[in-house]
Amino acid sequence: MNRFATLIDALVFMPSRNGKIRLLADFFATTPDPDRGWALAALTETLVFHEAKPAAIRQLAAARVDPELFALSYDYVGDLAETVALIWPERPDRANSLPPTLPEVVDTLRAAKRSQVMELVEGWLDTLDSSGRFALLKLITGSLRVGVSARLAKTALAEWGKVDVGDLEECWHGLTPPYVDLFAWLEGRAERPAAGHGAGFRPLMLSHPLEEEDMAALDPAAYSAEWKWDGIRVQLAARGAERRIYSRTGDDVSGAFPDIVDHMSFDAVLDGELLVARGEGEVAPFNDLQQRLNRKAVTAKTLQEFPAWVRLYDILFDGEEDLRGLPFLERRARLERWYEAVRPRRMDLSPLVPFDGWDALKALREGARENSIEGLMLKRSDSNYVAGRPKGPWFKWKRGALTLDTVLMYAQRGHGKRSSYYSDFTFGVWRGEELVPVGKAYFGFTDAELLELDRWVRNHTVRKYGPVREVKAGLVLEVAFDSVHPSNRHKSGLAMRFPRVHRIRWDKPGAEADRLETLQKMVVG
Amino acid sequence: MKVCPEGLYVEPGGFYVDPLRAVERAVITHGHSDHARPGHRHVLATPGTLAIMRQRLGEGAGGSQQPLEYGEAIRIGDVTVRLAPAGHVLGSAQVVLEYAGSRVVVSGDYKRRFDRTCAPFEPVPCDVFITEATFGLPVFRHPPDLDEVGKLLHSMAIFPERSHVVGVYALGKCQRVITLLRAAGYDRPIYLHGALEPICTLYEGFGIALGELRPATVAVKEELKGALVLAPPGAVADRWARRLTDPVVAMASGWMRVRQRARQRGVELPLIISDHADWDELTQTLDEVAAPEVWVTHGREEALVHHSTQRGIRARALALVGFEEEGA
Repeated sequence: MNRFATLIDALVFMPSRNGKIRLLADFFATTPDPDRGWALAALTETLVFHEAKPAAIRQLAAARVDPELFALSYDYVGDLAETVALIWPERPDRANSLPPTLPEVVDTLRAAKRSQVMELVEGWLDTLDSSGRFALLKLITGSLRVGVSARLAKTALAEWGKVDVGDLEECWHGLTPPYVDLFAWLEGRAERPAAGHGAGFRPLMLSHPLEEEDMAALDPAAYSAEWKWDGIRVQLAARGAERRIYSRTGDDVSGAFPDIVDHMSFDAVLDGELLVARGEGEVAPFNDLQQRLNRKAVTAKTLQEFPAWVRLYDILFDGEEDLRGLPFLERRARLERWYEAVRPRRMDLSPLVPFDGWDALKALREGARENSIEGLMLKRSDSNYVAGRPKGPWFKWKRGALTLDTVLMYAQRGHGKRSSYYSDFTFGVWRGEELVPVGKAYFGFTDAELLELDRWVRNHTVRKYGPVREVKAGLVLEVAFDSVHPSNRHKSGLAMRFPRVHRIRWDKPGAEADRLETLQKMVVG
Repeated sequence: MKVCPEGLYVEPGGFYVDPLRAVERAVITHGHSDHARPGHRHVLATPGTLAIMRQRLGEGAGGSQQPLEYGEAIRIGDVTVRLAPAGHVLGSAQVVLEYAGSRVVVSGDYKRRFDRTCAPFEPVPCDVFITEATFGLPVFRHPPDLDEVGKLLHSMAIFPERSHVVGVYALGKCQRVITLLRAAGYDRPIYLHGALEPICTLYEGFGIALGELRPATVAVKEELKGALVLAPPGAVADRWARRLTDPVVAMASGWMRVRQRARQRGVELPLIISDHADWDELTQTLDEVAAPEVWVTHGREEALVHHSTQRGIRARALALVGFEEEGA
């Protein structure tokens, strides 16, 4: 348990993704089986115990500590597992007993009757130190919250084992904890475990941005085009009783979209865009979709207000048959046939866009003004479905960005490498005599420009609110964004999609920045 | 004895203890800026505290300064005043007041751990004990300080190419961390932020060996790679720290015990090293001084008041504003 506890602690405090990968890789390299496998299961939330409810843990603590002192402490710390871990009175008579190992905890809990669980936990709390207690309580309540997604854990495994993360994903769904055969493969002691037939994540095929100068070299006849919809890319995997929705990075988001999962009564793996509907087959602004993201559970009201559906792009598996080796147009035909036969509700097909030469396609792209369209996708008609981002077969051709001259209003310090820089900028436009914030951007500038922006912020601070500084209304930022939507979350009533700093207008006086009416006119649909 | 806007007032002696505003006559427990404020007409404190005040406040250190060694008694008005070691920082003292046959002790800030840089806390049995409560919640239990320094040295072994910057209070924590490192066998030069240098020199003048110290301010970037750097808490994540390449940010403070607090400050390596008593030490001290009445000041008063009441001690919270949290 100690090594696992040390890992959990280190992960809690490690701000950077690469640092987390390094900590995980070091842990997998230096921890034996089956300890590391159970830790991996806990990190990927494959290992879940339902017996230990927060109320039961509170009760354990209440029996050991004055309830008033516990309440004051919990109020101060704010996290139940941490409060109990810190406040648990250590028993000197148990100081020399050996704390349990992680496999011992897992095996014992799995074999235990429900009624025995809390007694076991109490005994372990007495022999562990505060880090160990914290790790144990997080483990048995089922949410570690150490900033490690399943995908990040797999990335760390792949880097450490020097294999492709796509290869690892392929076999992942056939594996069970404590993953002894997986570690044997990663250490070069065995072949890769066989891919199972579960509803596991298959790595997505991604595209490169199309540069205008690339076009001359491309043959329009070799490509098919389709719209790029402004939602989130997902994979639907339904095998037998198992139904999963994965994000682009392989995170399981099924819990947030029961309205889609309900209709996945088929056996296939599909690629598509998750959208929110408004009216008859119309795509709602991205803002509406955001109401559905990053939620573990959804309310009936949200489901009704922001109904989700999926616009299908591709088919990877039809039943047991792996279609990824087929050319794009053949897969497309299979997708259409499959769709005709199954007719799944809450799903439709993303249409192909016929075109005659690049100029015609360019005109189509510029003519598309609906907010739901981000641009066009170009796919080589003969391209297989391969994991990752190969250069050549798929291109995304985004619509030209909109721009606006805004005034810098607030700056906030960044995180990690940028923790000493004011690097997150809130900007606004004029409404009458006052500035109203319209968005926030934290990229689009070079490191050298960041230094200058940081200096400007420090020299023009009017007020400080903790990590945030309000600055004099004097610096104009030309901001680029993909689209703008009505929003009741902002004072200005508008929200930008994907804003970034396009240019810093050191030359332009703040008074000459754009007005809110200009932005309002850019709202479409 | 009463609480005024100026602070704690000892009426029969006509003086204040650690007053918040400039007063005629003040007794100062220790040199931290929230206790030793400028501009008093007459100041009584230990020689260590007076030296610190002169360095930090210059002219503001007090019109007349009267040193009083630990253990010596002096009479002010109708009150006998004695200073007893508090173990907080160099020169830190508890104020022992005797008047009309009863004894009141004002603890000031204190700790019970061994610290090479100051005299150890001396429990003084009394009738009223006025205690600090910075870490007055049972979640605060400081682990052994050498284990925490061990964590730092271990991290330096794992990441030898990264410099380690530790946020420390300039007065007390800085010198304590240095002596702990030296005790743990770390004998390489330690680099200091400019704001930490004067107090270190002052400590050395009081005979506290700190080993080789170098200014981090003029050190070349290359030299700081893999080095150990100490800086005030506010500097570790600000512009000053940019001279360090990919530093491991550590912080030495009792608050580091609570993970979320450490995370909020962007600390990668929290070191639970405090110059205040933890919960067990606060309650142990109440037992040792055996005062039938306890007043609790600056910190989380509620829990300690509750604890005392449970044990049949008359306890109340003194609302003294103006004291800062450690490391804030």
